[in-house]
Amino acid sequence: MNPRLKAIIRKEFIQILRDPRTLILILIIPIMQLVLLGYAATNDVRNIPLAVWDQARNADSRALLDAYRAADYFRLSYDVGSEAELRRLIESGKARVGLIIPADYSVRLQEGKAQVAFVLDGSDPTVASTALSASRLIGQAYATKIMEGRLARLGNTISIQPPVEVRTQVWYNPDMVSAYYMIPGVIGMILYAITSILTATTIVRERERGTIEQLIVTPIRPWELVVGKLLPYAVLGFLNTLEVLALGNLWFGMPVRGDLGLILGVSALLVLSGLGVGLFGSTIANTQQEAMLTVWMTLLPAIFLSGFFFPIESMPQVLQWVSRLIPLRYYLVILRALLLKGVGLEAFQMEVFALAAFGVLIMGAAALRFRKRLD
Amino acid sequence: MTQPLAKALHLRKTFGQTLAVDDLSLEVAAGEIYGLVGADGAGKTTTIRLLVGALRPDSGQIEICGYDLKRQVEQARAHIGYLSQRFSLYEDLTVLENIRFFAEVRGLSAEEWRPRSLEILEFVGLEQFTERRAGQLSGGMKQKLGLAIALVTRPRLLLLDEPTTGVDPATRQDFWQLIIRLVSDPPKGAGEGVAVIISTPYMDEAARCHRLGFMRSGRFLMEGTPGELRSALKERILELRGEPLTILRQAAEEDVDVEEAHAFGDRLHLRVRPGAAPAVIARLPDHIRARGGRVDDLRLIPPGLEDVFIALSKSED
Repeated sequence: MNPRLKAIIRKEFIQILRDPRTLILILIIPIMQLVLLGYAATNDVRNIPLAVWDQARNADSRALLDAYRAADYFRLSYDVGSEAELRRLIESGKARVGLIIPADYSVRLQEGKAQVAFVLDGSDPTVASTALSASRLIGQAYATKIMEGRLARLGNTISIQPPVEVRTQVWYNPDMVSAYYMIPGVIGMILYAITSILTATTIVRERERGTIEQLIVTPIRPWELVVGKLLPYAVLGFLNTLEVLALGNLWFGMPVRGDLGLILGVSALLVLSGLGVGLFGSTIANTQQEAMLTVWMTLLPAIFLSGFFFPIESMPQVLQWVSRLIPLRYYLVILRALLLKGVGLEAFQMEVFALAAFGVLIMGAAALRFRKRLD
Repeated sequence: MTQPLAKALHLRKTFGQTLAVDDLSLEVAAGEIYGLVGADGAGKTTTIRLLVGALRPDSGQIEICGYDLKRQVEQARAHIGYLSQRFSLYEDLTVLENIRFFAEVRGLSAEEWRPRSLEILEFVGLEQFTERRAGQLSGGMKQKLGLAIALVTRPRLLLLDEPTTGVDPATRQDFWQLIIRLVSDPPKGAGEGVAVIISTPYMDEAARCHRLGFMRSGRFLMEGTPGELRSALKERILELRGEPLTILRQAAEEDVDVEEAHAFGDRLHLRVRPGAAPAVIARLPDHIRARGGRVDDLRLIPPGLEDVFIALSKSED
């Protein structure tokens, strides 16, 4: 191996190891992110606090409440005696939804015209929409059950069937666990953030401390400096990838159905982009803080427009176009499919090409600027 | 004179509208310590950075040990040791790791770097601190490590950009002893001798150089040995002692033959017109007494480099 390159890589590793605080942060942050996003940032809505104003208070109304209780979407947290009380609970956020059963519920039920009111707090759309559909589902199922019971009493033994039934089947993530969606996102974000931020700061640090001037008059060639400085951070990035992958698999039970070699190969393409962005940032910034903020600025759109949290399909058209410039977007599409579906790369030729093209372009542009800046 | 180790011809470098180095030529031979002397902004650092190839001149030629710096930059640099003004080490690396890094990137093999490093650390007096982190060295020790790093490849030409700025007097003294020893008694393997180009704003350091160039606005105002430079003002510097200094200075500046009066601590240096020294010595004391001052001593002294520098700076205005 090229002795100069070897010397730079060794120096860089010594410096990384001599700064244990940073190293620990680099290794711990992904775990924190994963745990936080795996648990807290879940879209799975369960145990929504429900306040009930049951004005009927009889066997029929209790049967209806039992139906709600049986599904784990709702927790019957409050039993209230007035609409004002119900409003207060929802305003204070203690209850997210309210169920109002009128006093004449049983009478109306006999007539087949019973109505109950379901009140929703729309301030959190995710919760509201889940609650709404869950409530409708429970209500319909309950109504169907009553109907069947009535028909049976009339001597009808055929169970009623709607003429068309939509049977849903969820593939790949049948329990729809949010963590499975989040883990690839965390891997991509960490890999991209670590490589870009660390690259930018490590190069700017040489300039800030004045050591780069000493390096310029050595026979080190610009590419050796770039490769030698970037390689150790690429290695760190891969360590993080494996770390998150292992934790996701062992703790969250995230399946890893695709080929590990493929996963790492695609990750290498994202690393190329991350290193390129970091290198580019280092040619703009003069201080480590500037470098950090410059890269951070590109990081936010990368995370929000990549489809990490929000589906790209539901973004405004303009943002959808912008998202095409974000390498993380392609990586996430590929990685999610590799992990969950276990498919090969044939299905993602466009994404792989886009990811590779972005990496090569940004790295090339950054290398040119870096060279110029040295002169 | 043997073949010069550094040779520059008509160097010129501009930064935007600013002319940093203007038609500058110099030659430095083995065994010489060459001083670039001048105030901040005179162009010393730019000149040195041109000579090591960290900057490219707009025009002009540079040869280092016979290699054209433009076309044979690697060969030329192989003979250069450079200590930049803002030189800083990797503070989280030890003394030995620092020197090893720079030795290896400059092409010393795995077998060579250790004996060389130890040898050069002994030369600068850091052999007991090989395992200490550079960040925990004193300022003077850092400077010596910098010098060791510049010397580890046994360069024939050493360029030092204000190496002693901000360093305490004892360390400056030590540092200069090393540089003098380097040229007079080079460490093993330096071949037919070493040349040093050093920039400094201090006149006492300038006086230690074998030859020097006074720089201002990117040009040499004058070049030569300290003796040659001083002889330009021979018989023209008077030392005046007495009290109070304000009256002494006013009286001196009123004399038509006194070009300039400068305070040096508790005394004044007067620069007089060529050949006017005896006349000034004869009449100035009476004039001072007439204005109410006291004269303790007024006599001709050999000029110092500082006098020369002040005179040169004024003459260009």
